[in-house]
Amino acid sequence: MNRALVLRVLALAAAVAVLEALCRVGVIDRFTMQPPSRIAVDLWSILATGKFNAAILKTLTNAGIAFALAVSVGIAAGVAIHGLKALREGLDPLFATYYAIPVLAFYPLLIILFGLGDAPQILIGFMLGVVAVIVNTLNGLDRVPRVLLKAARIGRLTPVEVATQVTLPYAVPYVLTGVKFAVSYAFIGIIGSEFVMSRGGMGFEIAFAYNNLDNATMYPLIVLILAVTISANLMIARWEKALLARRGLA
Amino acid sequence: MSVAHVTLRGVTKVFSRPGKGGEVHALGPLDLDLRSGEFFAVVGPSGCGKSTLLELIAGLATASAGEVAFEGRPIAGEIPDGVGVVFQEDACFPWLTVVDNIAFSLRKARLAPGERESRVRDAVAMMGLGGFERSYPAQLSGGMRQRVCIARTLVMKPRLILLDEPFGALDQQTRLLMGEEVLRLWRQTGATVFLITHALDEATMLADRIAVMSARPGRILEIVETGWPRERDSRVVEDARFGALTARLWQVLRQESMKSIGRPGGVPEGGA
Repeated sequence: MNRALVLRVLALAAAVAVLEALCRVGVIDRFTMQPPSRIAVDLWSILATGKFNAAILKTLTNAGIAFALAVSVGIAAGVAIHGLKALREGLDPLFATYYAIPVLAFYPLLIILFGLGDAPQILIGFMLGVVAVIVNTLNGLDRVPRVLLKAARIGRLTPVEVATQVTLPYAVPYVLTGVKFAVSYAFIGIIGSEFVMSRGGMGFEIAFAYNNLDNATMYPLIVLILAVTISANLMIARWEKALLARRGLA
Repeated sequence: MSVAHVTLRGVTKVFSRPGKGGEVHALGPLDLDLRSGEFFAVVGPSGCGKSTLLELIAGLATASAGEVAFEGRPIAGEIPDGVGVVFQEDACFPWLTVVDNIAFSLRKARLAPGERESRVRDAVAMMGLGGFERSYPAQLSGGMRQRVCIARTLVMKPRLILLDEPFGALDQQTRLLMGEEVLRLWRQTGATVFLITHALDEATMLADRIAVMSARPGRILEIVETGWPRERDSRVVEDARFGALTARLWQVLRQESMKSIGRPGGVPEGGA
């Protein structure tokens, strides 16, 4: 283990220990928050009894679908937009201001259009993530050295082969930056819309527990969401780092 | 041996400047015959259109006027079969290992099973890349990466190899050694080699014939024959004629280089 990693783990452990102490001493009262050790025990019993399995499955499935859609549509759109200069010029300012739009504000409209099912929630997660994937795909494609494109022409590659064998492989580490955003945005979209209005899912259960002062349910579920998104993010970051290291860039 | 492998007739290249208006007359009109199997070098002042000339022969660019033909067939912006190009910039695919880089162009070639592997193995051996098969380009030196690019061209068994200042980014000693390697490849493959370079001594050392180009619009001012034997290496620099040939290239080129940096060439009238 290197020193940076040891320091990082120690810093996290220290933060948790302080929180534990504040809860135990009573600076943070039990109605506000349970001590971290208690949250861990509660989380274990939630997972062991399978009480919220349906909610967990629903949220993970919807977030997974929103994520997969944002990544696949985002990469395809990025490649297409990169190829069309005029379209690119028209869209660039829109991409730059896209994240000024509170996408969640469209949720009621989407419920009217699609009903109170999974579709509006997945759409919110997708809409939040897709532009981050497009923008980062474009960034990666912009960086492809001209000489590689010339080499591809000498190799007589078709435009589709150029995209799949040269430009996209070159852009992968940059695309992964967008993919990391897509993970976070998928969960923000799904959990957020479950909070606001839904008939199930982890966001719904957290909101329900909150209204009932049920900290033994609320905090473990929050921790579970954190664990899932952070692990997904770390996995992608590792992959990204491995790819960059192979290119001598990390 | 003296069959024209590549012919250029009245070749001209004019670039339009989008946005700024006007045109840039980059090259020509220019006539040139490359003999089959010869080592031909081109030297010229910066910006004289050397690389444009190479791109026209490679089919990467289209002539504004005139005709370029390879093996009797006109090239009109179509990449001809049997032509390999090595660029000055690092053209290795950074996400592929050395062997995957070398095999890249073979992906599209329909080859008997085993043929692909044997060609890659031969190219690895020929370019001295043994032991680095599974390395990534970032783990190699600049000279080694350029060897990978040359190997990637060799596996295609090109009949015409175009080299666009391939050693421009390398140090002097590596350049000399790479020059010897290219001479060896040229002899072993029997291909015609067309080398663009800004190094006059490099051109003299490697080529059978050297074309000196004018400042923009690039035209051929003179073609110098070196008369070296086919069996040769970097030791030709010790030959008495080496200095004289290089001096001749500089004599022709000096005035042109002065023009390209905006100064009148030659000693002023009545001056020292």
